[in-house]
Amino acid sequence: MKKRTLLALTLCVSLAGYSQDNGQGGSITGNMETIFQYLNEDTLIGANQPDSKGLLNSYMNVFYTHGNFKAGMRVESYLPRIQGYPSNFDGTGIGMRYIGYANDFIDITLGNFYEQFGSGLSLRAYEDRALGYDNALDGARVIVRPKEGVTLKGVYGYQRFSFNEGRIVHSDGIVRGVDGEINLNRTFEKLADKKLDVSIGGSFVSKYQKDNNEDLILPENVGAYGGRLKLRYSRFSVEGEYILKEQDPSQDNDYIYNYGHATVINATYSQKGLGILLSAKSVDNMSYRSDRTKQLQNVLINYLPSLNKTHTYNLVSSLYPYATQPVGEIAFQGEVLYSLKKGSKLGGKYGTAINVNYSTAYRPMRHTNGINPLDSTGVTYSSGPFDISDSLYWSDFNINISRKFNKSFNMILAYYNMILNNDVATVTKETGLIKSNIFVAELGYKFKNRQSLRLELQALLVNRRDSLGNETSFFANDGNPVDKGDWATVAIEYTINSHWYVSIMDQYNFGNPDSHHRAHHPYFTAGYVQGATRITASYGRQRAGLFCVGGVCRPVPASNGLTLSFTHSF
Amino acid sequence: MKKIFLLFVGVSMMFNSFGQDEGHSDLKKLPSVQLTDVNGNIVNTSDLGFDGPVVISFWATWCSPCKRELNTINDLYVDWQDETGVNLVAVSIDDEKTKHSVSVYVNGKGWEYLVLLDPNGDFKRAMGVNNVPHTFLVDTEGNIVYSHNNYAPGDEEELYEHILELVKK
Repeated sequence: MKKRTLLALTLCVSLAGYSQDNGQGGSITGNMETIFQYLNEDTLIGANQPDSKGLLNSYMNVFYTHGNFKAGMRVESYLPRIQGYPSNFDGTGIGMRYIGYANDFIDITLGNFYEQFGSGLSLRAYEDRALGYDNALDGARVIVRPKEGVTLKGVYGYQRFSFNEGRIVHSDGIVRGVDGEINLNRTFEKLADKKLDVSIGGSFVSKYQKDNNEDLILPENVGAYGGRLKLRYSRFSVEGEYILKEQDPSQDNDYIYNYGHATVINATYSQKGLGILLSAKSVDNMSYRSDRTKQLQNVLINYLPSLNKTHTYNLVSSLYPYATQPVGEIAFQGEVLYSLKKGSKLGGKYGTAINVNYSTAYRPMRHTNGINPLDSTGVTYSSGPFDISDSLYWSDFNINISRKFNKSFNMILAYYNMILNNDVATVTKETGLIKSNIFVAELGYKFKNRQSLRLELQALLVNRRDSLGNETSFFANDGNPVDKGDWATVAIEYTINSHWYVSIMDQYNFGNPDSHHRAHHPYFTAGYVQGATRITASYGRQRAGLFCVGGVCRPVPASNGLTLSFTHSF
Repeated sequence: MKKIFLLFVGVSMMFNSFGQDEGHSDLKKLPSVQLTDVNGNIVNTSDLGFDGPVVISFWATWCSPCKRELNTINDLYVDWQDETGVNLVAVSIDDEKTKHSVSVYVNGKGWEYLVLLDPNGDFKRAMGVNNVPHTFLVDTEGNIVYSHNNYAPGDEEELYEHILELVKK
């Protein structure tokens, strides 16, 4: 192992040297990030001081390409990891390395790679360093493009499970898969000019893990397979994918022998100034991991996106967000974005955009008639795509209006109404439904000398219950707000010049049912940006909550202290 | 020994990177990654097919500063194109969860850019993007001559100065 590592390093370094000697040669790109935390004890918000007081996360990627040749590696370091980062990141070492060759016809990678088949329902190897999500495959991948419009892929490898004392620990099971997609219009000349654009694809993925359970006879090879279709006609587009998973008893599904299935359908209509999206999803028993005993975000082979908008405002995104339920859910989403014409009476000189979004998720219907869950089949219920029950998991209605009044002033107003079933998609200690109403106003002002100011005002109000647990109105005397009650956030960001900015944010839990915990959470940040380099320093209190990037979230404990971060791209 | 070696590698890479900032940036070519645009057409990032300079801007539907940047530039885009022949490529890093909202947003806002989808972060990784927004300026030879992480109002003016500089050469 050590020899291999050294070899890879030497290779990279010598290549780096080579490329610099010869400007016409290869190209090096990459990036790095370092985050340092020094944390204090803060009993009021439940923030602990780690034993080492200081925490440090770093990584650096280096990618080299020269003609058809490519190579890359990442060194990672957790000394120890920053607060809230997943526990399976520890030590310093090489977290990723690969070599490969690619031309227009074939692309071969040996070592680590990330990949996605179709919409990811059957396979997605993905990373998000900010979240500590990394299920890279380690093995071999080949992509072939034999003809215009045709793409074939094959992957074979072990998944990354953890990074222990600076070394990658692989998952117990191996993952194999093939995927193909063809665009009919580009492949067949006859269809090139047709208005209807058609793509068809299919994938087959299989995992192998030894039966390590003494009590059960477990399937050692588990396949997941299905097809997808994309249609586009003028301004309309529809795409869908269906994946079936074979019997896969696991910790996630309590070792049942049911088949799993997942369906995702997205339809869009768009023209200049108007966009409409309708989505539907049905998932049952689709947790698919290369180790049947693992949970959380570990060694997932596939990706089951939750069907709701990813919000950005702090109180909206991090207090009561919804995470996908891989065991089963049926979800729908609709979104419209409409821009009022520039120069019209309503639209104003610079135009106004209105965005309305609604999403909801329910538990799938599980039929148990005529099924004995204790019999030898291990099948405990039957279910079908879009067979829905009336048990609500989630709903989110939101509207967002943004308007630019003149060259220097713009404003965004937004309202959110969210219902989260905390018994299912648990984010806090409360029981039952948590309903929240959130109001946001954002004002931006740009001064003449390139300075600018941004102000965010947010308020989150939760539902009330009386002492018997019955819901009461907002103004009832005997009503107590659920969970931690109501919140308000004020954030001001001031850009001093093209390099420097400062911001201050305060999250105030003014409506906490326990008056002792009505705490302010002030947080100061100063940042310096120079080209592709950014340095920020922050100091203050951060509440416990979910830290989300894109569609994935991780819980972060409350903290009080200093955070320094440095990012650079090259 | 291994640790010392790693340290050496890290340090040498760092010097390498800082060195590039000081004008040797012609070493950095646009990497080749196959992406699809919002209409499903396959586009090779190293062969975008534009004559003039190209701005590549990484963004996401959930990233407010990204949207501020691209909406601001969109108001200026016609003038920019007339004066410099520049083209902007907006690369969305939205993953499967929010990928389908991209065309809704782009059309709803009436953007004139070429919009590419990078749902699994392949191009993002190859370009060394830590977080969005991150904007690159590419000359007609495919060399990356300027890049900027973050967006504050007014940054578009600096970007435009760099585009003008490039066109004058």
